[in-house]
Amino acid sequence: MAKRRERIDRPIKVLSEDIYALESVSRMIYVAAPSVFPILFLLLLPLFTPSLYMQRVLILTAVYALLALSWDFIAVATGLVSLGQALFFGVGAYSAAILNLHFGLPPMVTLVVSTLGGAAIATALVAPCLPLRGIYFAMTTLVYPLLLARAIEATAVLGGTDGLVGIASFPNVWVERYLVLVFVLGATFALRRLLRTDFGLVMRSISDNDQAVRASAINITVYKLIAVYLASALGCFAGAYFTHLYMFVGLSAFSLDLSILPIACAVIGGMGTLVGPVLGAFILVPLAEMVRDLGTLRIVFYSLLLVALVLFKPEGLMNFLHRKYQQIERWVQV
Amino acid sequence: MLRSILIYGLINSIILALTAIGFSLTYGISRVANFAHGALYVLAGFAAWVLFYRLGLNYYLALFLAVVMVALIGAALYRFALIRVRGMPISEIIVTFALGTALLELLRFFGLFGSNYGLPPLRRATLQLSGVPVDFQRVAVVVIGVVLIAALWLFTHYTKVGLAFRAIAQDEQAAMMVGIDPDRMATLSLGLGSALAAIAAVVLLPLGYIAAESGTNILVYAIAVCILGGLESPAGVIVASLLIGYAQILSVAYFGPHYQMIVALLAILVTLVFRPSGLFGRQKELEERV
Repeated sequence: MAKRRERIDRPIKVLSEDIYALESVSRMIYVAAPSVFPILFLLLLPLFTPSLYMQRVLILTAVYALLALSWDFIAVATGLVSLGQALFFGVGAYSAAILNLHFGLPPMVTLVVSTLGGAAIATALVAPCLPLRGIYFAMTTLVYPLLLARAIEATAVLGGTDGLVGIASFPNVWVERYLVLVFVLGATFALRRLLRTDFGLVMRSISDNDQAVRASAINITVYKLIAVYLASALGCFAGAYFTHLYMFVGLSAFSLDLSILPIACAVIGGMGTLVGPVLGAFILVPLAEMVRDLGTLRIVFYSLLLVALVLFKPEGLMNFLHRKYQQIERWVQV
Repeated sequence: MLRSILIYGLINSIILALTAIGFSLTYGISRVANFAHGALYVLAGFAAWVLFYRLGLNYYLALFLAVVMVALIGAALYRFALIRVRGMPISEIIVTFALGTALLELLRFFGLFGSNYGLPPLRRATLQLSGVPVDFQRVAVVVIGVVLIAALWLFTHYTKVGLAFRAIAQDEQAAMMVGIDPDRMATLSLGLGSALAAIAAVVLLPLGYIAAESGTNILVYAIAVCILGGLESPAGVIVASLLIGYAQILSVAYFGPHYQMIVALLAILVTLVFRPSGLFGRQKELEERV
């Protein structure tokens, strides 16, 4: 007897669509819970992490979440796969360091300037490669962080291999703890909202079929530029923040780790969902941190995990949870 | 000075061609960009080291077994992993790149960095080529490189499998209609590409050390040559190797050793921005850029 799996929406999901959600408290909770609880959890988390080490892990997680979000946004909005999130991170990190050391700007100002300005620099670097697709774009983005790191090494500008030290830190510890978390939340929900507008619709269709979008007389390069600018702003913020946190910037700002771990986070959490990569970061980065004693072996672990997930469970956690939350599954006879 | 630049430029070009030919061949046939190329290169060196020093095999036998082993690993990479994500570029890139990174970091964990490991040269000797001293290994590299490229040309033009490779590269649908199995060809092409990376490794590594760092460098050099020459084009690989090879030697001679990598990286960027199909690429413009 042949059977197939049938998926149907949960009654409460159907009932709580549109205005009818306001009819009962349970429906309101059903609609609001998936976004309210994670937000509350994230905002309360710094209060319950006493040790400095845990705080640092939390911040590192948030930084990787930003990079994963930026990777995912490029993938959703342009259909391009980037192997060089480290470019955005590095540009943000170095520009914050320069602004602070040479112009004496306070951290709060350098954060804003290097997020917006650094993103402009990174976008200008990537812009000539934007018409490229698939592996060609992946190759250029793989090359950029390497090139910048080698150039700094060869010409010994910006501190060369020693890096720059003595950068100002944040005014107080609460700013340090909450700034990046609030930014992660804000960015996630803002980008998600953006993708639901008409503007976002065009972006999503570019990743589906760019030729069809061009045929509708829409200049796709402009959309890709905007997408890359937004994504690189996230990466640059992460870099600038990290620089002020550790009061140091060096060639490690362009390291391969910063490019591959965000991809792993995005794949675990579910590519294309935006919230997924953040969720993935909150799972993977603490895990990677727990096995820090293993040294470079942990890169082996999460690379293999990444491969296994891409090959066998490409759906991602977020898509899975989303489905379970909204639908029930049952086996029916064909 | 001029003579040594000419001679060492040629040697460097052959070295580049050797590192790139496997990557180019694999991409040309199966359209899989093997980002694990550099990792397989380092793995071959390490395998040869273990076989020679730990198991005490004959040197040539150790090199041969290392090449065979890496070829099998390359074929297995397609047969068991890539076959599942065929035709999805994002997944293909992630899988090969992550596997390559995992392999390199694993080897680094076993102490494969800096100057800890090295292979001995085929023969310790120095020749005088019109007044320029060149060690024997570098001459061997040139001879092996030329022979290998000639052999590949004969293989792809006069054997059944070689012709099937070119058929798949030209038109997959038509090749399938005359009974060529694309999955089998792709498996073979990854095996052959990995074998070529391994041959490059066992020939080139005696010139330096076996280190995980060189994996990324080799990958970047291979990509640089393939992009400049046009992915999939064998003639392009040779011309691009000569161009980048001489450019590297010149910049190293006049500026400093760091510029070797910068030349390769700039070659990738400039080519991709101005002429993404490379010098000899026959890719349709639409497929690679919008």
